[in-house]
Amino acid sequence: MEAFFKEAVVPHFNFWIYVIIMMIGLWSVIAKNNLIKKLIGLSIFQTAILLLYVSLGVKEGASIPIIDHHAAERSLVGDAGAINPDLIANPVPHVLMLTAIVVGVATLGVALALCQMIYKDFGTLEEDEVLQKIKALHDDV
Amino acid sequence: MKAKIFASIAVTITGAILLYAVTDFPNFGDPRSPANAGVGGGSSSASLYYIENTYRDTKVPNLVTAILADYRGYDTLFETVVIFTAGMAIFAILRVLRNEDAPSAPDPESTNRTIDGDHHRIIVGITCRIAVPLVQIFALYVVAHGHHSPGGGFQGGVMLGASFILIALSGSLRDALARFSEASYIRLASLGILIYAGVAFLPLVFGRNFVDYGALRGLLGTEGEEMARSHGIFGVELGVAFTVMAVMFAIFANLSTRGRLKGGL
Repeated sequence: MEAFFKEAVVPHFNFWIYVIIMMIGLWSVIAKNNLIKKLIGLSIFQTAILLLYVSLGVKEGASIPIIDHHAAERSLVGDAGAINPDLIANPVPHVLMLTAIVVGVATLGVALALCQMIYKDFGTLEEDEVLQKIKALHDDV
Repeated sequence: MKAKIFASIAVTITGAILLYAVTDFPNFGDPRSPANAGVGGGSSSASLYYIENTYRDTKVPNLVTAILADYRGYDTLFETVVIFTAGMAIFAILRVLRNEDAPSAPDPESTNRTIDGDHHRIIVGITCRIAVPLVQIFALYVVAHGHHSPGGGFQGGVMLGASFILIALSGSLRDALARFSEASYIRLASLGILIYAGVAFLPLVFGRNFVDYGALRGLLGTEGEEMARSHGIFGVELGVAFTVMAVMFAIFANLSTRGRLKGGL
């Protein structure tokens, strides 16, 4: 058990945490009946993805992905070793997740707007009740 | 209950499969992992290219800003369009344009405006009135200084939008709309896209590729193409900030009033 913990869990703990958080989100999307709770689940799911990407860009002992000015100027005049990539975190996941966060907020706003319209039309946000009412509407026609 | 049992089974199986694959992934913080150093720990990954060449190409020390607005300019342009579309979708879904106020119903804002109603808002209101300009100045700094420190259009735009939301929360939505009306936030959201697409389009006029800001050297009067790219990145970030600010406030204003833009929280 301890060997498994040391080999599989500790060096990969970011993946373990991301899977656990993602499964919590997935569970609430499937199991919860209330549409707002489903949306909360989706947001938790998204958080897990953000965490996965950012954790992939981490380098042991590295700093933020901003080059300091002295090193940058020295690299321009041909000092090949001025910028050490091992000391700068991987910038690509940060870029991808930066836009994903803001787009996530905007699309969450659209989802909440749809929920408001559903509540206005059906008077409830419980999925089964909404489905029943839609079915009743179809039966009337 | 059945849904919960089914969900638990599905989630357990999916999680077990994902965790089974975890041991094949690189260790946490490994600088030689494929994402950080290319497949097989070589030195041919995109991230290494960015780290080594970004300053030479663009004179922007903040790698995230340079990649966001220059190397991945297409991606960011259409991410901004997604945000703009989300704002317009909320407008289309929620906004009630006809005036359906019953004359007998009291205006919720006018009842709040009595001395009793305002009493609990004095401390919060005055604190926020002092805080809002500082928030906005810091947001503008975040937008403009994104080349050298953490920041940029998305972060600064969200902060600017939050400052208007703060006005709406501490006072009333009417106060916020008096400063940032519906017409102006729709215009600003479109203007942001226009700035971004315009700056990205200009190089085509000079016979170069889309989003190749180096072509703006003659227009901007900079010494080299690197500084032209740096200025192009700033123009793009400004467009992003406008759109994000306007859409964030539009989302709040429409959601908090169910599309009527009256009353509110």
